[in-house]
Amino acid sequence: MTIADGPALPKLIGERVKRREDPRLIQGQATYVDDIKLPGMLHLAFKRSDIAHGVITRIDTSAAAAMDGVELVITGTELADHLGPMPIGTPFPAPDHFSVATDKVRYVGEPVAVVVAEDRYIARDAADAIEVEYDELPAVVDPEAAMEADSATLHEGFERNIAVESYWGGTGVNPETAQPEDDSAVDAAFAEADVVVSQRMLNQRLAPNAMEPRGVVAQYEPGREYLTVWSATQNPHILRTLVAAMMGLGEHQVRAVAPEVGGGFGCKINIYGEEYVAAALSRLVKAPVKWIEDRTEAFLTTTHGRDLLGYIDLAAKSDGTITGLKARIIADIGAYEVLLTAMIPTLTGLMMNGVYRLPVVRHELTEVFTNKTPTDAYRGAGRPEGLYFLERAVDMVARELDMDPAEIRRKNFVPADEFPFATQSGLVYDSGNYEPCLDKALEVADWQGLLAERDAARAEGRIVGVGLSFYVEVCGLGPSAVVPTGGWEHSGVTVERGGKVTATTGASPHGQGNETTFAQMLADHFSIPLEDITILHGDTGVVKQGIGTFGSRSQAVGGAALISAAGKAGDKMKQFAAAMMTDQEVSPEDLVFEDGRIQVEGAPEVSKTFAEVADYAYVPVPLPPGMEPGVSEEAFFEPENNTYPFGCHISMVEVDRDTGETKLLKLIAVDDCGNVINPLIVDGQVHGGLAQGIGQAMFEEVVYDEDGQPVTASFMDYVMPRAADLPVFELDRTVTPTPINPLGAKGVGEAGTIGSTPCVVNAAVDALAPFGVTHIEMPLRPERMWRIINEGEGGQS
Amino acid sequence: MIPTAFEYRRAGSVAEALSLLQEGGPEAKLLAGGHSLIPMMKQRLAEPGLLIDIGGLDELRGIQEDGGEIAIGAAVTHAEIAASDLLRDQAPIVAETAANIGDAQVRNRGTIGGSLAHADPGADLPAVMVALDATIALLGPNGERKVQAEDFFQDILTVDLAEDEIVTGVCFQACRSAAYAKLEQRASKFALVGVAAALSLDGGTCSSARVAVTGASSHAQRLSGVEGALAGASLPDGAGDAASGAGDALDFVNEDLHGSEEYRRAMTAVFARRAIEAAAGRG
Ligand SMILES: Cc1cc2nc3c(=O)[nH]c(=O)nc-3n(C[C@H](O)[C@H](O)[C@H](O)COP(=O)(O)OP(=O)(O)OC[C@H]3O[C@@H](n4cnc5c(N)ncnc54)[C@H](O)[C@@H]3O)c2cc1C
Repeated sequence: MTIADGPALPKLIGERVKRREDPRLIQGQATYVDDIKLPGMLHLAFKRSDIAHGVITRIDTSAAAAMDGVELVITGTELADHLGPMPIGTPFPAPDHFSVATDKVRYVGEPVAVVVAEDRYIARDAADAIEVEYDELPAVVDPEAAMEADSATLHEGFERNIAVESYWGGTGVNPETAQPEDDSAVDAAFAEADVVVSQRMLNQRLAPNAMEPRGVVAQYEPGREYLTVWSATQNPHILRTLVAAMMGLGEHQVRAVAPEVGGGFGCKINIYGEEYVAAALSRLVKAPVKWIEDRTEAFLTTTHGRDLLGYIDLAAKSDGTITGLKARIIADIGAYEVLLTAMIPTLTGLMMNGVYRLPVVRHELTEVFTNKTPTDAYRGAGRPEGLYFLERAVDMVARELDMDPAEIRRKNFVPADEFPFATQSGLVYDSGNYEPCLDKALEVADWQGLLAERDAARAEGRIVGVGLSFYVEVCGLGPSAVVPTGGWEHSGVTVERGGKVTATTGASPHGQGNETTFAQMLADHFSIPLEDITILHGDTGVVKQGIGTFGSRSQAVGGAALISAAGKAGDKMKQFAAAMMTDQEVSPEDLVFEDGRIQVEGAPEVSKTFAEVADYAYVPVPLPPGMEPGVSEEAFFEPENNTYPFGCHISMVEVDRDTGETKLLKLIAVDDCGNVINPLIVDGQVHGGLAQGIGQAMFEEVVYDEDGQPVTASFMDYVMPRAADLPVFELDRTVTPTPINPLGAKGVGEAGTIGSTPCVVNAAVDALAPFGVTHIEMPLRPERMWRIINEGEGGQS
Repeated sequence: MIPTAFEYRRAGSVAEALSLLQEGGPEAKLLAGGHSLIPMMKQRLAEPGLLIDIGGLDELRGIQEDGGEIAIGAAVTHAEIAASDLLRDQAPIVAETAANIGDAQVRNRGTIGGSLAHADPGADLPAVMVALDATIALLGPNGERKVQAEDFFQDILTVDLAEDEIVTGVCFQACRSAAYAKLEQRASKFALVGVAAALSLDGGTCSSARVAVTGASSHAQRLSGVEGALAGASLPDGAGDAASGAGDALDFVNEDLHGSEEYRRAMTAVFARRAIEAAAGRG
């Protein structure tokens, strides 16, 4: 028996451990889909519609098919023999949507034919050689005009282009009928209000712009009747399920792999036509095939986000007490419903309770088809839109009442002792403690000092404003009742011979840093070095089950599954350790993991090394009665609810009087995502989120012209935020753990995008308030700001 | 993002480039830094059959000064211009303008010759060259030709350059009291409006001036109204007045998502004022 001689291992949970995945990513040593090259691999190119709306009258593929190196040219109609309409993941009615258009095209970029060729260059030339003729139809571009009786319609059976209509209100939802029992309370609240603000606001369409575009390699092996699909996806297990269904295969015949994925932001949740086409054509041509999206295709065909028009009314008493909300929301969902399209805008209304005690709500949602790229999740997915509408409206009430924007929020907060808190929309907020978060933000920002700074700047003739927002969002999706694919997550933990640990997670990361945070958790759990742990993900051949990464669920759901599997593996290790120490009458319950050893608590001299025990587990002589050899355990975790992180953002902007250019001078973010495993990674997630939220407020917008032609289909016209546009962020946090999972962690992937957008617009409105303005539409284009300054007209812009 | 097939030849000398150009005819295109041409090829907006690479030719490189005249070879990159002590000292407007073109990759590859020959309506250097009254040197099968910058830029993407000619360089008189000010188009960083002002100063008084705008219109051009108003003006106080009508005098003004005609006209006055003030500050 030796005394532990290894160094004491520091606890890693809560430490700023650097991301283990970064060295390979920044040194070009990572494998993305485009790095995969298989023998005999052919390449796909898509012929895409260059008009927004029209009936295909003729496709001539003969010139393309005759080109050297072209294996196959196939039209949508021909492909429909191999692939049916694509499945969606929501319960809403949806029109048929084929991977490649069969009769009509409905947005610029929609595929009409596919080429399979020896290389990418030939494929592209052949695609250009395909001739397509259309009977053009009027383009449906404005979602409000789309609902007029005289509008052209995209889909048969969807009158006035309406995809989804929903309504709820009153003093709560009747979950059975989704109807209010009595809606009169809403009208009463508005009739009795001292102040009502009403504002039409656009939460504009955005392009997600992941650094790595989409891509897929599919290999169907006829001999094995087995399909392998590599794809830049956020959720390989969902990909496997859906591709199998489309191909008429069982899930046991499909392996889906998400190798390194260079960002998703929601746009890689959807399973796209190109993925199904690659699988089907690999089977058809009996060779592996590859398709890599180019940036133009990414702008035209990867799902867009947001595009919600809100008519928002908020009622309050003269003391600032908010008494009622009416929201009429029109979602421009583009040409088709893809995986989660129709569900995203429903999250907007669900979260519009915000952090407030909101006595009555009326919510109307209409989702409308237009001749644009389909929408789906984009970082925040529905919540940024809702919180933007709400936090703008609350700010407007404060301005109307001449109240401090912090104080009006404080006055209406759900108090800490009312959690779990049931909202008007039927959600139950797990935990929350809003006031300390607000106070901390005011303190970090030096709110009073900031106001004084603004006033001093104004006295010098500068145009400066400050803004504040307070958000709550929904994370950790979860539970299965609300996620059509299932809302659980899966993990496996194997202690290898020699005492190293391999773990798998179904929460497939694409930039989140799970390889680091998950390893930190296991290092602490087993008290072994971080380097002794490998986290595997993104391969259904390796990770037995899983759902994926979206809705800030990796840590809260995936992490919880991991810790549950680790618990099982740990128990077994302790049983083996106890069996090795029977002579000392040790029972597993007495044992703890400590610095690479399994020891009797408080008695390090009674111990075995972790490695010794692992070796014994694989050669268990004698095998302890009732035990199986080895240590490889797995667990599913099903959360009983979502988690609801929250936070307060504060910003200061300055507008150039001559040009209207807005400069963000400061941004302070105090976020509460519950317990934090790795503050460095949490800060990184917040930074990225802030950049994208600020991007929406100040720069980004997908624009179509009246013919449905995209105007912003390249980085020469679509404005992305750059590092130089952003100030040094000042971050802090409060910690309100969730009771929903054993980690107390809530999720932080989307927080930055949700709080920052209204915060920056509120500051811009504050800056231009002296010119009589009460709302400014996003993005804060210089010309838009310049007009307000020069025309000085209040209200709209 | 995939260009049509093309042939690529690296010219060993300017003479070889000229003969390749003649052989290639309308199919041939010179390739310098490639930062205007290749993006267009990737979008299949340009489909040249032959690219003649002149980027590495020593004959087209170098920045020299001789008796107050500065010459820059056509293949000098924006980054080299930005880093040139000679230019920073004797024509700081040129170095500063180059330092604010695009991003580091663009500056490392893009060349002054390419920028002038391409004549993007939002390119920065054309306005600077017009303000400095630069001479652009061209070489063709019939020998050398010199064109003043203000005559070289004719219309959108259109310059006084024959298909078989090469821009070999530019030259201009050293000038310290000149500055360029631009409103960036936020996505591309090209000039939504950019104004270059080169002043002759006599104490605080402007004796003569050359002022040119880019971005606002189809091509870089002089703002003669502003130049006239500057003669005799006391600076910097008189800059605003002199610049006030700058935008209104333009015949044609671009309009797009990033700025309406009205906005661009107004910004022309704003950036003319800023450029004049900055130039006067150097005087
Ligand atoms: C992302 C991005 C941002 C940019 N931002 C800016 C900006 O802010 N401001 C700005 O001014 N520019 C900007 N540019 C353009 C950049 O400066 C280009 O590099 C430059 O305009 C063209 O130079 P080049 O050497 O790359 O030319 P190339 O692309 O090689 O050639 C352009 C054209 O000029 C012709 N040509 C080139 N050299 C000669 C020659 N010596 N004689 C005759 N013809 C010739 C070519 O045949 C071709 O038609 C940007 C470009 C990019 C990609």
